[in-house]
Amino acid sequence: MINFTYTVWILIIPFIMFIFLGLAGHKIGPKLSGLLGTGALAVITALSYITAYKYFFATPKAGDVFKAILAANTTWLQFTDKLHIDIGVLVDPISVMMLIVVTTVSFMVHIYSTGYMKGEKGYERYFAFLSLFSFSMLGLVVAPNIFQMYIFWELVGVSSYLLIGFYYEKPSAVAASKKAFIVTRFADLGFLIGILLLSFHTKTFDFITLTDPSGPAIAQAGGASFLGLSVITWSMIFVYLGGAGKSAMFPFHIWLPDAMEGPTPVSALIHAATMVVAGVYLVARMFPVYSLAAPVALKVVAYVGGFSSLFAAIIACTQTDIKRVLAYSTISQIGYMMLALGVSGYGGHEGLGYMASMFHLFTHALFKALLFLGAGAIIHAVHTNLMTEMGGLRKYLPITHLTFLIACLTIAGIPPFSGFFSKDEILAAAFQSNKILFAVEYAVAGLTAFYMFRLYFNIFWGKETQYQHTPHEAPFSMTIPLIILALGAVFAGWIPFNKLVTSDGQAFESSIEWGVAIPSILIGVLGIFVAMVMYRKENNIPERLAATFKNTYKLAYHKFYIDEFYLFVTKKIIFRYISEPIAWFDRHIIDGTMNSIATVTQVVSFRIRKFQSGQLQQYAFVFISGAVLLAVLMIYIWYW
Amino acid sequence: MNILTFFVVIPVLTITGIILVKDIKRVKLVASIGMGLQLLLAALLVVLYIMQRRAGNTEEMLFIKDFVWFKSLNIHFALGVDGISVAMIALTSVVVFAGVFASWEMAFLTKEFFVSLILLATGVFGFFISIDLFTMFLFYELAVIPMYLLIGVWGSGPKEYSAMKLTLMLMGASAILFVGILGIYFHSAPDGEPLTFNILRISNYVIPIQAQRVFFPMTFVGFGVLGALFPFHTWSPDGHSSAPTAVSMLHAGVLMKLGGYGAFRVAIFLMPEAAKEMSWIFIILTSISVIYGAFGAMVQKDLKYINAYSSVSHCGLVLFAILMMNKTAMTGAVLQMISHGLMTALFFALIGMIYGRTHTRLINEMGGLMKIIPFLSVCYVIAGLASLGLPGLSGFVAEMTIFVGAFQHPDLFHRITTIIAITSIVITAVYILRVIAILLLGPSRDNQYEHMNDAKWYEKISTVILIACVAAIGLAPFWLSSMIGTSMQPVIDKILAVNPF
Repeated sequence: MINFTYTVWILIIPFIMFIFLGLAGHKIGPKLSGLLGTGALAVITALSYITAYKYFFATPKAGDVFKAILAANTTWLQFTDKLHIDIGVLVDPISVMMLIVVTTVSFMVHIYSTGYMKGEKGYERYFAFLSLFSFSMLGLVVAPNIFQMYIFWELVGVSSYLLIGFYYEKPSAVAASKKAFIVTRFADLGFLIGILLLSFHTKTFDFITLTDPSGPAIAQAGGASFLGLSVITWSMIFVYLGGAGKSAMFPFHIWLPDAMEGPTPVSALIHAATMVVAGVYLVARMFPVYSLAAPVALKVVAYVGGFSSLFAAIIACTQTDIKRVLAYSTISQIGYMMLALGVSGYGGHEGLGYMASMFHLFTHALFKALLFLGAGAIIHAVHTNLMTEMGGLRKYLPITHLTFLIACLTIAGIPPFSGFFSKDEILAAAFQSNKILFAVEYAVAGLTAFYMFRLYFNIFWGKETQYQHTPHEAPFSMTIPLIILALGAVFAGWIPFNKLVTSDGQAFESSIEWGVAIPSILIGVLGIFVAMVMYRKENNIPERLAATFKNTYKLAYHKFYIDEFYLFVTKKIIFRYISEPIAWFDRHIIDGTMNSIATVTQVVSFRIRKFQSGQLQQYAFVFISGAVLLAVLMIYIWYW
Repeated sequence: MNILTFFVVIPVLTITGIILVKDIKRVKLVASIGMGLQLLLAALLVVLYIMQRRAGNTEEMLFIKDFVWFKSLNIHFALGVDGISVAMIALTSVVVFAGVFASWEMAFLTKEFFVSLILLATGVFGFFISIDLFTMFLFYELAVIPMYLLIGVWGSGPKEYSAMKLTLMLMGASAILFVGILGIYFHSAPDGEPLTFNILRISNYVIPIQAQRVFFPMTFVGFGVLGALFPFHTWSPDGHSSAPTAVSMLHAGVLMKLGGYGAFRVAIFLMPEAAKEMSWIFIILTSISVIYGAFGAMVQKDLKYINAYSSVSHCGLVLFAILMMNKTAMTGAVLQMISHGLMTALFFALIGMIYGRTHTRLINEMGGLMKIIPFLSVCYVIAGLASLGLPGLSGFVAEMTIFVGAFQHPDLFHRITTIIAITSIVITAVYILRVIAILLLGPSRDNQYEHMNDAKWYEKISTVILIACVAAIGLAPFWLSSMIGTSMQPVIDKILAVNPF
């Protein structure tokens, strides 16, 4: 058994860096802060790669199965005899894979940021927050129990909040950060209730016990039921709500496009490659429970994923802000991953969807980070987010252009780039189990190719735009990460995920299903071709099309009015019809009652007070009239 | 001399010192030294307590000291602490210490102000170390009365009205409470032994259930009013908004905890059967106040009102957890008292400091303060994050302990009320982030605020010590939670012994 205890440093180093940069960043200056932050990331990236190597290739496997190893664990908070929150590190195939994804992208983003954020106010704060995010995300990834995951889940939420609102003087950024936090908090409410339900019935938070096929969670699959579904199914649906919130699945997707208000490297790191796939990771983490004990919940995952991927792809075709296009594309691709998990079975070749989902998560992280960082380089050069104000940039930004093209081809699923392999596995898995979702995914594949190349042609070809300053290629600190990620996007497809990351830890045989792959390539090429016709040279086809399908276009352009609906619910219903009446009720009814008790007491005592006026005549008058009255009464009673 | 007696002696000596010295500077010096000593003493008490426990002392209360005070009625001045009261004492000393530094700029009748403030603190300390119902009540009254002067004299806005309202409501509650305590006293010795006020002694007997049914609601409501029990919470928004900074800190931070602590130590501990029978009424009331307070806070415009309603919500959670009557939830209740005490003190300190600079507490009149006074703004954000239950800060630990504990009841009633209470985490996030967005972020709204100074040294002491405590509990909750949990065990055993469920 190889010792993995050193993996705790993967958490400790970025945490210390956050505290240090947060407290002393402004004293040591921007240059050193950036260097320290990036250096810390370099160290933990190295540690993660060592861990991956040791885990996959140097640890003797027990009977051909990758076992989960608890590298470190300590009790953090005791609830009851059985329920306690532990903080620790779990090393297993998906956590190691996520370590690689998170540290690689985070390291690239750190390097990139030293160039991108140069001269910005709050540079030290930015790096402190990046360290906080890296710490939280890594803690989430290596969590050995669901409550640790929840803890770090909240922490990535707050780092995301802080980073989206980095430009805190910009009202739109402030609003976006608030929205992101509250929407995901609402989803986390479901997650928490799910955890409480699940832990009450299984008496544990531990992933290893929970996901054990003979463990308490799965054994209770047929146990107590509520409204026709078993308790485990309910709790897994609730847990999924949390995942859907973080992963911006419909109807919680509204925060992600707005989150693009943050600095672009942040969008690449948090809102494309790592944090938003936490939901997928959560479902994958609990996958045996979903698959063996809560198939209904898994169906929900599949259909929500499929719907979100189509829904977001349609919206992406109409947006003009390049970061928003990429954001909707992210929602769509995460929908793919969720769907792949949803259609997967457990064990062996049945678990193709699971493997495909993790595979796509991996490749997506690389090419989507690349796309965002490329977009950052473009924005850096032309100082606008709108693709309508760009065009012909291929001459000015050769490296950005080439890497962006590679990323577009990858996401469109063109071989031999990595996206092709992972997408093909997903389509194959969907084909095996659910033909409706399979058809949806074909449509999405075509739309994806179309909107990505719409973006590409609009930025790099299209009309010749006059710029105020001649755009310059980004500095090396920005182009080197682009090149590294592009290499990753090209070659990651050859990683044998079916041997390494599978639903039950065992390797299985899988090969490219050409029957599924060839039509999907053709659809991708078709999408690219349509985009080329419409956008390569300036012409009026887009306007004509938009005019022909005016209503549909308007609907998609306004994101199906979901934001307006939410705004209506929050502003009108919650604020105006719940909060304000409660505040009024409290002041006027409850407090009014208290005050009127006081008033009544006061009035009554004023009345009573008059009896004690101190005037002798009054006393004499009352005395005499009382005596007379009594005398009359007595006479009346006695003599009548 | 018993260490616990120092907790009353030091404040009394400090008050004497303040009265004797001449100028304002020395007054503040004496006050800060006295309360600093008190803080060190509290730290010493924590250490001694933990050492005793480590050494295997399993007595329910430690450092017990008993003076006969009034023989014919068997009233004692009886002291003793367990993990719960030690934790509350530590909380109190931190908040009082921070409060002294937060009122450093007090220029009007400074000497009298500090005397009243420390008198209030004396009452609170005395309350937590007492195990005799009568002295406990005495100290309780001692803490409430200086409040009237502190708000009425040094307050702002409609201060006479608020002070009167607060005092009358709390006095009304103590009247009911005192009847309850006397009721307990007259049923404290069923075998013809002398009647007693001693909590430990009483807890060994079973008070007849008919008596419990009468006196449980009296004591619970009596303490509950101070703990902002819906619908008797309305003194809190007015009182807080009129009170000077340090008084708000002490009041929300510590005094409201007397309510929760008393409801636990007197009402539930001594009368568990009636508590079990009637808990459903109060569970409904408290789960209402959790949500109601949070919604109420959402539309307020005055910073102090926001935090007053937020306190209603958070203190509602304390009473809610106490009524769940199992070890985890009740441990959570104590954690929540401490956590809320620290962060709400931090909030009120910061509000006072911001008010001292902008001379307004209406959030709409301010904006973009992050750029102008970054230190105070960052502290405010941290307090906000603690309040909305961010892991790594104390609020999360307390809330999660309560929720997990409350959810261990298998029946639908407890679960649904728990879920209702849990939804407060979202509503809390809404109102906290709303304030942060309007008050601190965005562009600066008014030029006149441009040249404000950031925190002074005494303000830094006040906020940093509170933040350090909030973060320490949030990062390493195990020791505190196990210290409270261990002391909770005998309480739970007693409840279960008379009333298994």
